[in-house]
Amino acid sequence: MTIPNVIRITDDLISAHGLKPDEYQRILDLIGREPTFTELGIFSAMWNEHCSYKSSKRWLRTLPTSGPRVIQGPGENAGIVDIGDGQCVVFKMESHNHPSYIEPYQGAATGVGGILRDVFTMGARPIAAMNALRFGAPDHPKTKHLVAGVVAGIGGYGNSFGVPTVGGEVNFDARYNGNILVNAFAAGLANTDAIFYSKAEGVGLPVVYLGAKTGRDGVGGATMASAEFDADIDEKRPTVQVGDPFTEKCLLEACLELMKTGAVIAIQDMGAAGLTCSAVEMGAKGDLGIELDLDHVPVREERMSAYEMMLSESQERMLMVLRPDKRGEAEAIFRKWGLDFAVVGKTTDDLRFRILHLGEEVANLPIKELGDEAPEYDRPWIVPAAPAPLGAVPQTNAADALLKLIGSPDLSSRRWVWEQYDTLIQGNSLQIPGGDAGVVRVEDHPTKALAFSSDVTPRYCEADPFEGGKQAVAECWRNLTATGAEPLAATDNLNFGNPERPEIMGQFVRAVQGVGEACEALGFPIVSGNVSLYNETLGQGILPTPTIGGVGLIPDWSRMAKIAFAGEGLTVLLLGGPDGWGTHLGQSVYLRDIHGRVEGPPPPVNLDAERRTGDFVRGLIRAGRTTSVHDCSDGGLAVALAEMAMASGIGATIAEPGDATAEAFFGEDQGRYIVAVASDMRDAVVAEARKAGVSAHVLGVTGGTDLKLGEARAVPVSELKAVHEGWFPAFMDG
Amino acid sequence: MTMKAAIIQLPGLNRDRDMITALTKISGHAPHLVWQTETALPDVDLIVIPGGFSYGDYLRCGAIGARMPVMRAVAEKAAQGVMVMGVCNGFQILLEAGLLPGALMRNASLKFVCREVKLSVENANTAFTRSYQPGQIIRCPVAHHDGNYFADDATLERIEGEGQVVFRYTEDTNPNGSMNDIAGIVSESGNVLGLMPHPENLIEAAHGGDDGRALFESVLGKAA
Repeated sequence: MTIPNVIRITDDLISAHGLKPDEYQRILDLIGREPTFTELGIFSAMWNEHCSYKSSKRWLRTLPTSGPRVIQGPGENAGIVDIGDGQCVVFKMESHNHPSYIEPYQGAATGVGGILRDVFTMGARPIAAMNALRFGAPDHPKTKHLVAGVVAGIGGYGNSFGVPTVGGEVNFDARYNGNILVNAFAAGLANTDAIFYSKAEGVGLPVVYLGAKTGRDGVGGATMASAEFDADIDEKRPTVQVGDPFTEKCLLEACLELMKTGAVIAIQDMGAAGLTCSAVEMGAKGDLGIELDLDHVPVREERMSAYEMMLSESQERMLMVLRPDKRGEAEAIFRKWGLDFAVVGKTTDDLRFRILHLGEEVANLPIKELGDEAPEYDRPWIVPAAPAPLGAVPQTNAADALLKLIGSPDLSSRRWVWEQYDTLIQGNSLQIPGGDAGVVRVEDHPTKALAFSSDVTPRYCEADPFEGGKQAVAECWRNLTATGAEPLAATDNLNFGNPERPEIMGQFVRAVQGVGEACEALGFPIVSGNVSLYNETLGQGILPTPTIGGVGLIPDWSRMAKIAFAGEGLTVLLLGGPDGWGTHLGQSVYLRDIHGRVEGPPPPVNLDAERRTGDFVRGLIRAGRTTSVHDCSDGGLAVALAEMAMASGIGATIAEPGDATAEAFFGEDQGRYIVAVASDMRDAVVAEARKAGVSAHVLGVTGGTDLKLGEARAVPVSELKAVHEGWFPAFMDG
Repeated sequence: MTMKAAIIQLPGLNRDRDMITALTKISGHAPHLVWQTETALPDVDLIVIPGGFSYGDYLRCGAIGARMPVMRAVAEKAAQGVMVMGVCNGFQILLEAGLLPGALMRNASLKFVCREVKLSVENANTAFTRSYQPGQIIRCPVAHHDGNYFADDATLERIEGEGQVVFRYTEDTNPNGSMNDIAGIVSESGNVLGLMPHPENLIEAAHGGDDGRALFESVLGKAA
C-alpha cells in the first residue's frame, strides 16, 4: 500500500509530524502555499530536534571548537584533527538511545553503523570504536535483556565490520530504567590532503546513490505517527532500522577505493532522515539546488511512495556528487563490491530542492531555508539549586568497603562486556578496555599512537551540572594523559531530558557551560558531537549525561603508561589534588553504595591544577620515568590502587592515613593520579612535582601478593580479582 | 628462493589486512591479493584465507565463500600439495569446501568471544608448526562467534590418531566448547591447516608477544 502525495494537511497531521503551529506557519510563510504531504514530511525531518538542534544550537555555539590542530570542527559528518606527518584523525560520538530501548540489538548495531559511516564518509578508515552505555537499575526487569541485546548488537556490527572496540563505559542507575543511553564513538585515520566533505560543487553534475537499497524501515522515525497514516497502511513497520554490517564493510572498501579515483566531488552518508537530510545538506552547503528523480532510487520494496523514500532510514547508504567523466570507473567499483550505484538526480543553480516521482513533481522547496531557516529556540531555563552540604559520614573498615565497591554493579570488571567485542582486529591495539584509555598505534608509523577515552559522571551532573560538565571533560583529559598522550580534542554527546521543562533546560545550559569552561582551560576543543533530548519517561528524566569522547596523541608508544604496577619495590605516589590524602565524599560511590546516601556537592575541579598536574605526569611518562599510571576517579584512591594491583598481580602496602580513612581511601577529589616510580627516583620526583605546583604524597610501596590499606587487613590480590570479575557474569547468567 | 604467498579476498573478510601485514613483516614480501572471482591462482607456495565475516556469515559461516569460483582453484592447488592456511573464517571456509574434516558450530556460550587463550602444539612435525617444540604451550588471541569444533566419532578418532590435531586449547582456556579442545587441524596430507585462533595478531612487541610468529616462520621457511 502506498501513501498518495495528495493527503489533506490537517492540524492533527501537522502535530503528528512534530511541528508546532508556529513552525507550520513559518513553513507557509516560506513557501507561500500549503505544502504537499511529501513536503510536510521533509520539513518535519529537517526541523525536528534531532536534525535541527533547535533547542541546543544557541548553547552549542558557546563551546570552544578551534585550535591549532583542528582541521574541521562541528558541522560536518565528523571532526578532524591534525596528528602530523600528513595524517589526521576523524572522529565523532553519536547517540542511538531511543531505538536501543525499543530493540536493543538492532538499535545499538545501527548506532555503531551510523557513526562508522560518519567517519568513512570523510575518507577515513575507521581504526577504533568506543561505546558509552547507561542502563537502568540491575534489578529492573528490563535491564538484563537490554544489556544482553545492546552488547551483542554492538559486537555484532563492529566485529563484522572489522573495527576494534577499545574503550567505553557501562553504568547502571534507576534513572535510566525507562531510557537507556547508547552513545557510540568512532575514529578513523585519513590523509590531510584526501579529506572528503559534503559540500556540493558544480551545476548539472550527477547525484549518485550508493550502497544498500531503500526500504520502508525507519520511515519518519520519531516524527511519524498519524492516525490517517496508520489507518491507510497495511503493515506496521518498526521504526527501528535493521543493520547489515556486511554491506557496510563493502561500502567502506568501495568508498575508499572510489575516493582514490578522484571521482568524488562531495559525499554524505544517509543517516537520520536519509535521502532528505543528505541531499539538502549537500545542496545547501554548496549553495546549489538538488533535483532528485525517485524513479531511479534502488528500492527493496514495491510501490514505495515519495514520502516513504524521502524519509526512509534504511542503513548503509550514501549520496555523492560525481565527476561525470569518472562514472564508468566509479560504477565498476560498486558493482565489484555488489552494491547499488544509481544516478538519481543532479545539482542545479536554482537553490530549489525538487523531487520527481512517477513523472510528477511532489516537492519543490527552497533548499537553503530547509536547513538554515529551521526554528531556533532560546528555551527558558532555571539555574539548578545548589546541593546541600554533606553531613558527617561514618567511617568503615577500608578492606570491607573496598571489596564491596570493586564487586559492585558500577565498579566491577566489564570483561563480560568487552570480551564480546573484537578488541584486537587490525593488529594495532596497544591498550584494550580495562585501563584508563584505549590505545591504538598509527599504522605504518614507527612510533605514533592514538589514545581514546569516553567519560562522564552523571551523578555529579545531577547534583551540579556545571561542575559535572567540567568534570566529564577533565576526567577524559586525565584518562588520556594517564597513558602519556597529549589530549588533542573531544566530541560531546549530550544526553538530557525534555528541554521544554526549564529545570531540564537549566541542566543542559549549565552542563554545556561547564564543558565549555573545561575545554577552554585545558586546550581541548569540541570538534564534533550530538545532542539527544527528550530522554524521559512519565515525566522522569534521565540523569544529565554529557558524555565526552576524547582523542590523544602519543608520539612514541614505547614510552607509554598502563595502569598495572610495573614491578615490585616501586614507590607509589599520589600526584595532584589536595595536599595529602583525599577529602571529598560528596556524591561519591562510597557514600552511595556503602551508606546508601546520594548527597552533597560533587567534587569540584580546579582546572589550573588539573592542567599543571596532567602536564607534569605526562612529562614523567615521556621521560621514561614511569610506566605505571592510573587516574583516581569513581571509588577514589582505594579502588584505583586495587585496579593497579589486579592488572599486574602485584600487591602494595599503603600508609595509614590516621583519621578520616573513608575520605582518604574513598574520597573522589579530582585531578589526581597514582604513579609508581623506582624508589631511587622518589625524592626527585616529589621535589620536582612540588616545584611545579603539583601536590605529591608518598603512599607506599609495591610488592607481595596482598593489597594493604593502612591498618586495614591485607586483602590478597587474587581475592580482589575474584570479587571484581565476579559480579557481571553472575548478574547476566543469574 | 623467495617465498610467495597469496591471500584470498572475499567480501566481508576483515582480517585480511592483519594477515597481509604479518606475511609482509615476516617474509619481507607482500602477498598477492586474489579476488573471489578469479579462477586461477598465481604460482605461489602458500595460500591464506584470512578471518572475518565473508558474506556477513548470514548463511552458515563460510558456506557462501566456499562456493565462490576462487575456491575451486584453491582446492586444485591444495591437491597439488601447495600449502593452504585458513584462519577463523578461513578455517570455516576450508571446512565448508571439504578441504578439512569436521564442522565449526556456534560457541557454547552463544556469544562472540575475543580473548587470549593458551594453545599446546600437539604436532610439531607439520610444515606449519616445525618451528615450535612438541608440546610447547603458546599464547594466542581468539575472536569468533562460531569456533566450536565438532566431528563425528569416527572422524575424531581418525584425526586424533593421525596427528592431524595440531593445536589444542589448554590450561582450561577452551573458549568455545570445541570437542577435545581442538583449536587447529591439518589435512591428512598435511598441507592444509585450519585454525580458529589468530597468530597474525601476536607477532611483535606491539602485540605484547610474538608467540604466533613461529607459525609463519615455519611455513615461510619451508618454502625458502
